[in-house]
Amino acid sequence: MNGQPIRRWLDNRNALGILFMFPAAAILVVFLTYPLGLGVWLGFTDAKVGRGGEWIGIENYQWLWEDSVFRLSIFNTFLYTVVASVIKFGLGLWLALLLNRRLPFKSFLRAIVLLPFIVPTVLSAIAFWWIYDAQFSVVSWALVKLGVIDEYINFLGEPHLARASTIAANVWRGVPFVAICLLAGLQTISPTLYEAAAIDGATPWQQFRNVTLPMLSPIIAVVMTFSVLFTFTDFQLIWVLTRGGPINSTHLMATLSFQRAIPGGALGEGAAIATAMIPFLLAAILFSYFGLQRRRWQQGGRDS
Amino acid sequence: MASVSLKHVRKSFGRTEVVHDVDIAIEDGEFVVLVGPSGCGKSTLLRMIAGLEEITSGEIHIGELLVNTVAPKQRDIAMVFQNYALYPHMTVFGNMAFSMKLAGCGKREQRERVGEAARILGLEAYLDRYPRQLSGGQRQRVAMGRAIVRKPQVFLFDEPLSNLDAKLRVQMRTEIRELHQRLKTTSIYVTHDQIEAMTMADKIVVMNGGHVEQIGSPLELYDFPANLFVAGFIGSPAMNFLDGILVTTPMGRGVRIAPDSIVSIESTREPDGRQVVLGVRPEHLMIKESQSAGMAANDAAGIEAEVIVTEPTGADTQIFCRVAGKEVVAISRQRHLFPAATRIRLAAQSGKTCLFDSDTGQRL
Amino acid sequence: MADSEQREGMHYLESFPRRWVTVYIPLLLFLFFLLFPFYWMGLTAFKPNAELLSTEGNPFWVLEPTLQHFRKLFIDTSYPSWMWNTIIISVVSTFLSLAASVFAAYAIERLRFKGSHQLGLAIFLAYLVPPSILFIPLATMIFQLGVFDTRWALILTYPTFLIPFCTWLLMGYFRSIPFELEECALIDGATRWQILTRIVLPLAVPGLISAGIFAFTLSWNEFIYALTFISASENKTVPVGVITELVEGDVYHWGSLMAGALIGSLPVAVMYSFFVEYYVAGMTGAVKE
Repeated sequence: MNGQPIRRWLDNRNALGILFMFPAAAILVVFLTYPLGLGVWLGFTDAKVGRGGEWIGIENYQWLWEDSVFRLSIFNTFLYTVVASVIKFGLGLWLALLLNRRLPFKSFLRAIVLLPFIVPTVLSAIAFWWIYDAQFSVVSWALVKLGVIDEYINFLGEPHLARASTIAANVWRGVPFVAICLLAGLQTISPTLYEAAAIDGATPWQQFRNVTLPMLSPIIAVVMTFSVLFTFTDFQLIWVLTRGGPINSTHLMATLSFQRAIPGGALGEGAAIATAMIPFLLAAILFSYFGLQRRRWQQGGRDS
Repeated sequence: MASVSLKHVRKSFGRTEVVHDVDIAIEDGEFVVLVGPSGCGKSTLLRMIAGLEEITSGEIHIGELLVNTVAPKQRDIAMVFQNYALYPHMTVFGNMAFSMKLAGCGKREQRERVGEAARILGLEAYLDRYPRQLSGGQRQRVAMGRAIVRKPQVFLFDEPLSNLDAKLRVQMRTEIRELHQRLKTTSIYVTHDQIEAMTMADKIVVMNGGHVEQIGSPLELYDFPANLFVAGFIGSPAMNFLDGILVTTPMGRGVRIAPDSIVSIESTREPDGRQVVLGVRPEHLMIKESQSAGMAANDAAGIEAEVIVTEPTGADTQIFCRVAGKEVVAISRQRHLFPAATRIRLAAQSGKTCLFDSDTGQRL
Repeated sequence: MADSEQREGMHYLESFPRRWVTVYIPLLLFLFFLLFPFYWMGLTAFKPNAELLSTEGNPFWVLEPTLQHFRKLFIDTSYPSWMWNTIIISVVSTFLSLAASVFAAYAIERLRFKGSHQLGLAIFLAYLVPPSILFIPLATMIFQLGVFDTRWALILTYPTFLIPFCTWLLMGYFRSIPFELEECALIDGATRWQILTRIVLPLAVPGLISAGIFAFTLSWNEFIYALTFISASENKTVPVGVITELVEGDVYHWGSLMAGALIGSLPVAVMYSFFVEYYVAGMTGAVKE
């Protein structure tokens, strides 16, 4: 039989494994791994749009180190990531705990809570743009009517206000993600643990402290790593709301990289900025990896 | 139908060998049960016969065919899994006809053979249902039905009853046995439950730690266990073991358990003074008159015992006692109700005891 | 949820007013915070310009709803073609990624070939590579491949984040299918291919839906690649088109912007409403594994 060798070959694990992996691996190697390396290489060149670059060593990085805007963008990125993540975690956990209670229309509530996360970020950012408008802001309007303030707030015009406003918009989008993921974690905690704790005399706070948090900590570690990662590399929200302004006070590394590389045409410099994010991301990924390890250990290390 | 033979079969996972040099010959049409505690290698052995695990060394023949490198589907076997492994997205009919569909059998033949199997198993009314709509026992039957429609040379069962409740287990045990008597297909059945082994098997293979401890018919194993492991594993409640020394008394040979407790035994070639382990099944321990301290001293063939607890099961009474520091259980048809700490005397029914070497554990 | 027996628990210990303060009021505040922007978006889309730009009256309501913003959107801009582009790009890249991911996930999780464990880890790491560090090198590649400013630019690059996500998610689903089913099929005479198509895939349908829905919304929402790789107005996707074409200098067409955002969000929102459970399973599954 002619088909026999082929069929044999198809039943071989390694051969079939390579065959099955091929499409995914090919796409990822060509469009992910290669560009990752290309990006790092571009960071060491003076490439411009429309012309290949010459190797210039670490000149881009030296130049960036002198560049106050770049340093400001690192500061902004950290500020944005840390503040937004902390708030997202706090509010997200609170919302998850609320949704884990006995509630009417529970699944409906859970469904609409997630809306901010599923709607395209850019499009919801447009709504925030309008809400933050210097002249027609509905927030200002309400505060004036309530007598809290006299003048309309220039949400996106003042550096500090702009930072706070973009963080608020990021929190708005991120809270549902954190809350729903943590809720999924909460639902895996057996109610008998709470019943046992209640009979042992634990107050609600003690139950939260001694049952909920320890049981939830592995998933918190993972969810927050994801959240930090997404926030750190955020681009869309800032680009729509402020384009990095006013006076670069909201520029993140991602937006600065885009601005220098695409409208600015300095591909090499933009790539250098993007590459500068990698060490931070690696740190977050390692943290995530150990978070997963710990989780495996907590499950009893079923498969090593 | 076919015989199955395993010759010097070994299996290693990495550097650890889990099945050591196993030889088993299974006759055509036999129902063989592989029994042993969990981790003894019985499931691995079955999976090697099925072709789901590679054979590290040795030979497995099904019929005349050496199957070491033959794919499962070409071995002409059928297997019933512990969790049934019913395809949840197929109906009962779909599950049973799946192998025929793959083999390219016609629709009519599929219907005929599934119908026949369904008739045997009483599943005719359920052919359109999905596995999730069935009870545990019905799922079990579908799993068997899927095996019989293929008319294989060998049935393999991997702990098929362990997910059922106790009552259903007993019922399905009988059904599988009946099925075998009807189809006469060579069957290999893996279980950790010695009662299943005893009740179902033509031949039992007791395994422990990757070795075959003994092969024989159920009663052979029960009456003449080859070693302490088999003696302790087969039978419930388990056989009692007492350490002692061989002696000769005026009434014949015996084993001295304690200064005034001697159990008489059948003749043995072993010399006096030898350290042995005496094995007595609970139902072979008889209760002699209790508390008659006067005659105790003269009665050489008796064991001094202190009652720990008495458990009536209705049909009989189990008496747990302490003898020479060891716990011993006796089963009596009479409804004794001894308070705790009652001193009684026990005697072993003559000819029903076993002697084991206290070092090797082998039967003497 | 896990227990079939009905339970009320210690719910009876909480008084009604207490529940209001600790549960309902905070929850209502959350809902207001999370949903207000949508209300505002919808309201603005129907408000005539006069009402939009007046500081008089109640801004939370619309007196004379109008469709003029929608009309402008569909007549004066290329919105319909943005929509069409987004649909085609999302559907094609989702299907491509899903197909590649099914094979990859099955190979990694079930074939257990040499190195599959390391590949699983690599997939997870690939999932964590953000587009914002890839868009510059990708832009140069897209240019060299000659697909700049075409749909292909996005169809080829979206799988870079879709495949890792889908593969990771499907690996979890495949893992939950008992091995015995495959072994049983093997004994029943199925080939590897038949096991995949007749046993594993039908059982992984919920996983396929989850991965598909999630991948679709991810591609629909993508911004930075679309912004970088597309320049001609009629080739843009909805998010890029709305943000770049509806602002003329300093003149913001708020009404049309909101109308565009609203319509652009609608497909994912509708899809989401039909498959909430799958979506949530996809999102939490990817985090949990």
